[in-house]
Amino acid sequence: MAATNTEVWQYGTVVEVGSVATNIQRIVLAPELPVNAEPGSHIDVRVRIDGREDRRSYSVVESNEGGRRLAISVLKTPLSRGGSIFMHTLQPGDQLEITQPLQNFPLRVGAARYILLAGGIGITAMINMARILKNLRLDYTLVYAGRSRAAMAYLDELQQLHGENLVVHVDDEGTPLNVRQLVASATTDTELYMCGPIRLMDAVRRAWTEARLNYPNLRYETFGNSGWYQPEEFIVKVPTLGLEIRVGQDNSMLEALEDAGADMMFGCRKGECGLCEVRILELDGTIDHRDVFYSTRQQTATTKMACCVSRAVTSKNLLTSDPPTAPAVVTIAVP
Amino acid sequence: MTAVSAQSSTTNKVLGYPLNVWYVAAWDKEVTRNPLSRKVAGRPLALYRTEDGKAAALADACWHRLAPLSLGKTVGKDGIQCPYHGIVYNSAGRCVSMPAQETINPSATVPSFPVVERYRYVWVWLGDPTLADPDLVPDMHQLDSPQWAGDGETIYAPCNFQLVLDNLMDLTHEEFIHSSSIGQDELSESEFVVTHDDHTVTVTRWMFNIDAPPFWLKNMRDKFPGFEGKVDRWQIITYRSPSVINIDVGVAKAGTGAFEGDRSQGVNGFVMNAITPESDKSCHYFWAFMRNYRLDSQLITTQLRQGVHGVFGEDEAMLTAQQAAIDANPDYEFYNLNIDAGGMWVRRLIERQLESEGRLVPLA
Repeated sequence: MAATNTEVWQYGTVVEVGSVATNIQRIVLAPELPVNAEPGSHIDVRVRIDGREDRRSYSVVESNEGGRRLAISVLKTPLSRGGSIFMHTLQPGDQLEITQPLQNFPLRVGAARYILLAGGIGITAMINMARILKNLRLDYTLVYAGRSRAAMAYLDELQQLHGENLVVHVDDEGTPLNVRQLVASATTDTELYMCGPIRLMDAVRRAWTEARLNYPNLRYETFGNSGWYQPEEFIVKVPTLGLEIRVGQDNSMLEALEDAGADMMFGCRKGECGLCEVRILELDGTIDHRDVFYSTRQQTATTKMACCVSRAVTSKNLLTSDPPTAPAVVTIAVP
Repeated sequence: MTAVSAQSSTTNKVLGYPLNVWYVAAWDKEVTRNPLSRKVAGRPLALYRTEDGKAAALADACWHRLAPLSLGKTVGKDGIQCPYHGIVYNSAGRCVSMPAQETINPSATVPSFPVVERYRYVWVWLGDPTLADPDLVPDMHQLDSPQWAGDGETIYAPCNFQLVLDNLMDLTHEEFIHSSSIGQDELSESEFVVTHDDHTVTVTRWMFNIDAPPFWLKNMRDKFPGFEGKVDRWQIITYRSPSVINIDVGVAKAGTGAFEGDRSQGVNGFVMNAITPESDKSCHYFWAFMRNYRLDSQLITTQLRQGVHGVFGEDEAMLTAQQAAIDANPDYEFYNLNIDAGGMWVRRLIERQLESEGRLVPLA
């Protein structure tokens, strides 16, 4: 049936937890109102962070018994916004509020060839898709890239299930993914589905465009949680509201503005729709654009930003881990 | 919602419709570069053809504000443009253009449903797309075979689709509502044989040495000018899951061996019926009458289509009145007769299909 994204909130009971890789916890939930999860679907979960409620999206890795058991997998990052730390505390018997499987990333049956690309924890969105493609005996390659084997969840299971259809790239084994080569292997009737860090997805998007491949055949999902830089604390000034606030490492600029009482407009809260756009008046630092709403031209112009996911950073070089001396400051106008 | 057990009585007045099946969405000629709006199994669809002539079926609601895509127009090689804010989707349902911004929101898709074009129909699969095997399209080969000629129409029937299946699986009703064309006393007097397997139900009835009713006398005279005399008449009704019924019908000069397999002294037609649920209480009833004699006569094709149009108009009136009476008498149940055997097997097969989809639920 066609996907419906009308959220049905319900309780899900944790029935199983276990580690599947370094800092990755597999959590099996039994929802009150089971619905089978299509490949590409996710559930939203209400999490409690420092006493306040928030929600997070997690891909459904496995849907068993018609959705009576839904498995998700959660990566705990040192710079987590707090959601993953909460999720890692869950134990069997715990209950949490969840939605039914929601679908923003449908797998289309009928392409001549498929490439599924997973970077790190992005594998969670690909496992179910890969299984379906295998069952349908379609032409597919699952490409799984990670920093080290220990950090790559489900690697053994995937190797067993997909055999030669699985291609693994491991940074610390000297076999990193070459995005250009990968995209060069795509033909005009190949559909590429990807989920992973924004740097990876951006590189693929650029290579895809350069190769003049059909853009709608490039499919990706972003939960807006990765950037070009490590998140830092930074300062936001809103002169019209007389606000000067700190955005902590583990919350978003939109959340900080809301907490400070600014009446903010927003839509998806994951960098896709552009409704939370603010205008940049002044900038001391660099903008880490984590959205997929703006074009490269618009991002480079640095006149606007999607404040739900994008951040200000001091770092002039990508991915430096040097601690900043003084926080970046962005002065904005809000609508 | 609570699932009902498999021992259900098979006499639900409103039977649900399976989804992991192929339904006829439209005649091939109806699907053009001009989008067509049609609801199938509760799902509004926008049907159109790409520049290459391939039929496409998308949900008839733009991702953005749900404006009906069927009011829009086809653009480019395989796109359809929302008439409201100009968002364009390709035939896979992927957004390919968002006019008011420089990028495309990656979530912007509308459901695209598997489509097969076969036997002059466009078939659509609304259930789990990973199960949409084109080999599961029920056989209706007479519709586009060079050995058969004919044509048909669509009836919009304001009733649960099962009422149409009931109607076609028991043709004793011909004696009463089609008395001026194909009805005759022998229909309810003669024996019938019912067989079934997992996907088909067959009801066979032979009537020997009878007068041909007006419709069949005309057909005999088309093939055998000036024909007079008794005939042997047959009706072999074959249901194919989920909602196709092909009826092998005909008459032959009495005693010339039609029952044994030699139909050369008779006329043979196939009534091809595909009943597509639209909602719980409405359906699209696609029918055609195909014949295997005088294939080159457009006159006969037109006469047969008009003749069957008249006959099925009588069914349409009854089905409409029956659904109205069902709705007006919610506290009365259905009861079954021996003549319902074919229809009861159909109900059982459909209920098994619903059960396998986890969708056997009581409907109001």
